[in-house]
Amino acid sequence: MAMHRGRGFASINYPIGMNLGGDPSQALVHSNPDGKFTVALSSIDLGQGMKSVTRQIAAETLGIPVADVYVDTADSDTGPHCMGSFASRGTHRVGNAVIQAAQEARAVMLEAAAEELEVDPADLVTDGHGNIHVKGAPSRSITTMAACQAAQFKQGRTVSGRGIFLIPLSEVDPDTGEMTPVSCFAHAAMLVEVEVDDETGEVSVLDMQSAYELGRALNPKLVEQQLIGGAWMGMSHVLWETTEPYYPDRSHGPVDFNHYLMPGPGDLAPHHISVLERPAPDGPFGGKGPGEMCANPVLPAVANAVYDAVGVRIDELPITPEKVLRGIRANGGARPKMRLARTR
Amino acid sequence: MIEFRKEFFANERDDNLNEIGKPTRRQDILGHVTGRSPYFDDHLFEGLLHIRCVRSPHHHARIRRIDISAAEKMPGVVRVLLGNDVPLNLNTLLSLLDFGLDDEPVLSETKVAYKGEPVAAIIAESEAQARAAVKMVKVEWEVLPHVLDVEDALKPGAPVVCDVYPTNKFIYHGKFDHQKLRYGDVEEAFARADHIVEGRYQMSPIEQAPMETCGAIAAPEVNDRYVCFTSTQGLFFSLGTAAKLLTMPSSRLHFVGGTVGGGFGGKVDSMHEPLAILGAMLTGRPCKYAWDREEEMQVGAPRGAERWYIKDGVARDGRILARKFTGYFDSGAYTRLSSYAIIKGVGHLPGPYTIPNVYADVFCVYTNRTPATAMRGFGITGVDFAIEAHMDKVAETVGMNPIGLRILNSYRDGDMKAHRRLAKNCALVECCQVVAEKGGVALSQESRSATSLTGGGGERARLPARTATDQNGAVSGFRGGNYARKGGGASGPQPAAMPVAAAVPAYASSQQRPAAPAYQPSATAPPAAPAPAAETARHGALRFSSLSGFRRR
Repeated sequence: MAMHRGRGFASINYPIGMNLGGDPSQALVHSNPDGKFTVALSSIDLGQGMKSVTRQIAAETLGIPVADVYVDTADSDTGPHCMGSFASRGTHRVGNAVIQAAQEARAVMLEAAAEELEVDPADLVTDGHGNIHVKGAPSRSITTMAACQAAQFKQGRTVSGRGIFLIPLSEVDPDTGEMTPVSCFAHAAMLVEVEVDDETGEVSVLDMQSAYELGRALNPKLVEQQLIGGAWMGMSHVLWETTEPYYPDRSHGPVDFNHYLMPGPGDLAPHHISVLERPAPDGPFGGKGPGEMCANPVLPAVANAVYDAVGVRIDELPITPEKVLRGIRANGGARPKMRLARTR
Repeated sequence: MIEFRKEFFANERDDNLNEIGKPTRRQDILGHVTGRSPYFDDHLFEGLLHIRCVRSPHHHARIRRIDISAAEKMPGVVRVLLGNDVPLNLNTLLSLLDFGLDDEPVLSETKVAYKGEPVAAIIAESEAQARAAVKMVKVEWEVLPHVLDVEDALKPGAPVVCDVYPTNKFIYHGKFDHQKLRYGDVEEAFARADHIVEGRYQMSPIEQAPMETCGAIAAPEVNDRYVCFTSTQGLFFSLGTAAKLLTMPSSRLHFVGGTVGGGFGGKVDSMHEPLAILGAMLTGRPCKYAWDREEEMQVGAPRGAERWYIKDGVARDGRILARKFTGYFDSGAYTRLSSYAIIKGVGHLPGPYTIPNVYADVFCVYTNRTPATAMRGFGITGVDFAIEAHMDKVAETVGMNPIGLRILNSYRDGDMKAHRRLAKNCALVECCQVVAEKGGVALSQESRSATSLTGGGGERARLPARTATDQNGAVSGFRGGNYARKGGGASGPQPAAMPVAAAVPAYASSQQRPAAPAYQPSATAPPAAPAPAAETARHGALRFSSLSGFRRR
């Protein structure tokens, strides 16, 4: 009886946003009396960081520090419509709506500043630290707070903006499936190393090497948490989880976390992530959405690694020790393939 | 460990922005780490009532009688709800998108089609009292034969799971009992391929497993409105669903959410909000309806199982000439969102590869199990498992390095995809190369020098000279209507203009298509109206019933 190592590879792409479009999101942005900004949404923060990424997008667009922006979501009395947080649509759709709303508010802020400085608004720039100044003449400046206060208490303007992002719904041809599913795709490749015990059938994931291309990483820490968590979920899907262990038979369905199996901290493998950023032409600052796709390459990569290690193809998930052992026995023993051996 | 490989696509980005690209700490982190962020379940009103459902112990059964008299006398019971208490006791989630027929009751009145289906709801002073009263509801069942396997469900004589879809299949566009993808002619290509590689793949049902189970708390609000604190992933989606089922103007509903303890797709079904609000309406008191962990795992909709058959025709040098899919999504007893996921999955085929002939028949199948719903990667994760496990078999069959095989077949900028749109903004080749380099896998010179920016377009931008189409699975008795018809025309975003794009015909040459009366070439379709789909999603219930994308005649 022995332990066998193997490596498996998979590569995927992932559609960003609701398939076929037709899924609008809106945003409202306004300045408070002292030049701080509120972004009103009805989008949902599931822990993925919806509030944080839209806050950065609003700050970048307005040209003010992120600390001067607060995102308020989701109250149906105050937040404008959002389709919801699913289908990797949050960053892409809501982010674009926030940009549009923030651009409108910024234009008013600059007009107000121009009136105070007695210059043309087209000559003004923001420094991102709370100041507006004449291009090339930093001394002729006004703070964003002073500009917003002048607008509201002197000039009688609302420093506010409305935004919506909608990709119109695509038709689907019933006969050919012709359609415009989405406007951009994220990408990933994954190489997994496993160790398979041919006595118990247990599979351990030893190492994961990945590359994820997800448009611009708007917040690298939020990206990192998604990729690490998502890969964990992929590993869990392929080797542990199911609500129906003997599908399609419904027996032995787990009802709590004692029986619904998932990898624990000791099962985690080192994950070496490389992030590539090819901006999406229609994404907010080129962002796509890393949330869903990061789990997907892990499933097939592990299945392919198990085959590489012991020569057993398991095409029904999850890959349980029982299935591995039955496969090894059917083959008359482990048959390592070593097709992706390290060459250097 | 994470690294950002800024050298890739550097000329497509401006990396000198003030806030974008910075690892800014989350806005809500202080509340989260100190345990003070308010979730739906933190709105524990004085006098809060608790709702628990009476559920079917059978996979499939007719309801002869429900006797609630003993339950009503149990301590703490304030009210027992039955199906006829629900103003509109039939819904399909995607009616908000004008897609599909209403097929699922809130509380079933005539029959149940899965183990765990709710038939009555107890509203009691405490959760323990509600649980005790659930046990006192007596239901007379007439057990019916059931079917659990997707392919068994399609056999003649299989039990009918959901009467709205008597063949156990969702109907697409009022026209076919499956979603088709037809691009080129796979059979012709199989005949000239050097290798045929076939496989069968099974994706298992999986629980979203959020830390916070799904739920809602509703309460009467001043001025004849109701407030609802909810864990939903789509605030207005749930609000619209509640307005429809309660036949109530949406202006009388005030939904609050936005901070959710994990969703992963499992919190879009809007099962809790309508019942919690109905409880508040009928008792005049705040009501909470939430799943316990057992319900979350066995009654809450999981990621559905999928079964895929893939057949590839491959040339000796590793080029995939044709790929054919037959897919079965296990929707469980009702549609929920599986029908939508299939169209998404079909738009994704054949994966990130340029294959000149692609064919798919994908079925949304009803079985006597918990309805399936969305989960991270919905419509894609299962078929990606199938595709990539299959790619490994193809690599072995032709004796190629598995990474080299992917790069060889990878889609590039300007390639025509099987859904007849041009690829752009591709990056699969680069991801493969980076991983090969990190993993010490030697690639051929050809694989190393490939890029997503080059090698695409030209011949690869052309639509197939001939596409084989068919009328297999045609249905009658359903009115036409496309998923998209109510939402306007086909002028969705087109791929960015590329040099090759102008040379590409708008559609597969029409003289080669068999007559398909309902078909409208996208080029001649009217321009899209501005966002009508969203309008319908925000209005009251009355409009929904008349807007279904297709109806039984």
